[in-house]
Amino acid sequence: MSGGLRTQVGQLAHRSVLRTLRQPAQIVPALIFPLFLLAVNSGGLKDATNLPGFPTDSYLTFALAVPFMQGALFSVVTAGTDIDRDIETGFLNRLALTPLRGAALLSGLLAGAVVLGLLQAVTYLVVGLTAGADLAAGFAGALTIVVLSVTVTVAFGTVGLFAALRTGSGEAVQSLFPVFFVFLFLSSMALPLDLIQSDWFHAIASANPVSYLLQAFRSLLIEGWNLGELALGFGIALTILALGMYAAAGALKTRLVRT
Amino acid sequence: MSAPRPAGLRTIALAVAWRSIHNFLTNPAFLVPAIVFPLFFFVSFAGGLSAIANVPGFDFPTGYTAFQFVFVLLQSAAFGGVFTGFGIARDFETGFAQRYLLAASSRGGIVAGYALAALARAFITWTVLTAIALVFGMNVDGSGVELIGLYGLAVLVNLTATMWAAGVAMRVRSIQGGPLMQLPVFLILFLAPVYVPLSLLSGWIHAVASVNPITALLEAGRGFISGDPTVIALALTVGATLPVLFALWARGGLRRAEAAG
Repeated sequence: MSGGLRTQVGQLAHRSVLRTLRQPAQIVPALIFPLFLLAVNSGGLKDATNLPGFPTDSYLTFALAVPFMQGALFSVVTAGTDIDRDIETGFLNRLALTPLRGAALLSGLLAGAVVLGLLQAVTYLVVGLTAGADLAAGFAGALTIVVLSVTVTVAFGTVGLFAALRTGSGEAVQSLFPVFFVFLFLSSMALPLDLIQSDWFHAIASANPVSYLLQAFRSLLIEGWNLGELALGFGIALTILALGMYAAAGALKTRLVRT
Repeated sequence: MSAPRPAGLRTIALAVAWRSIHNFLTNPAFLVPAIVFPLFFFVSFAGGLSAIANVPGFDFPTGYTAFQFVFVLLQSAAFGGVFTGFGIARDFETGFAQRYLLAASSRGGIVAGYALAALARAFITWTVLTAIALVFGMNVDGSGVELIGLYGLAVLVNLTATMWAAGVAMRVRSIQGGPLMQLPVFLILFLAPVYVPLSLLSGWIHAVASVNPITALLEAGRGFISGDPTVIALALTVGATLPVLFALWARGGLRRAEAAG
């Protein structure tokens, strides 16, 4: 990376991180809401562990994978809303007058998502383990969970960036949140794939990449080191990240019209 | 020539309700989420969690689809009320509600109109939800009277949530009060026996669900759909008390809005 590009990315990343940290209204729900659902679901669905073939005797451990995904969903809105505000306030137009590179803008803007992802992952993990969840993969597994969580958060953040750059509408970005929740609910969120009885639901959940992202987290919590599950999880996250960045870069070209 | 008589409560309520229902039906941004979200919850709970019916001790003969249908019905009733609260807040933001306050001789009619609109919205959602549930193969073992009881409980939940949200909306008078309307309703609903009966819950969630008023409504509703009515007296007491309490809360909000001008 050249010195100029590094400076540009650094400046924008610094701004993005500060902006994220200065908005408790964005951070607090992203921390509290998934933990509330974790508490309710792990209490309400405790008896699911009595189903033959359920992979663990602790539903809390099984459900702990879900907050990482829910937290990542929040980054769609956070990242998208931030750049949408830059569009609406004219900040992006002012940037267009500078020799700023598109890659620097996108990378810098995602720094806020990285920080949010890190904060979320550590909080969910600490709360989950304190509440009694197992972590079969040990300390290295905890680090891997944090890295995977940040990767997924940034990947979903690129989708928010794309939506904001493509539409320039905060409402459009906000409306993506329920759409992504559909992906979460129609996955193996509540039960393992092989215990889902409805054929149609099983088919949808099996085709839903979120199921495999959840499975990557769960493999570390429940099984230990399952490299196949991990590779699949990281592969899906990195694919979403690459596609999101590509789409966002295309949208940025249109949006960042040089004057 | 005598001056025209001021409109009564009924006329005002019908006029406010008509406008709210018209807005709801003609704006896809309001109509689609109101119908799609309950369906989505129903599909994901009833479809994805159907294996829960095999958990030892789970004894609900009508099936897991009906078990979840009752929860989603009451949830959609509650959120129909909350979304109406959003509409009230929006009316205050745009200044339309202030014009209502100026024009209406009976301001209670304004709140009654919003409540009627919330009920109409809920009926539309329930019609679609019930049709989809039956298409999904939901069993119904309750009699006609028992089903009226089930939908009657949903009406009471809808009225309670509308009064709660109206009270918040008229105090905050901004759509920024949305989370304040939505979050407590969401919390109280999910702190009830959503996935399994109360008897299968344990620990803190059992303790909370046991004192949660929604639990009685949920259990009574599930009893109605399975043709085995249970905790009816408690559910009716809760169902009748909550709307009255929250109507007082809404009246307080109306007073605040009137004072604010």
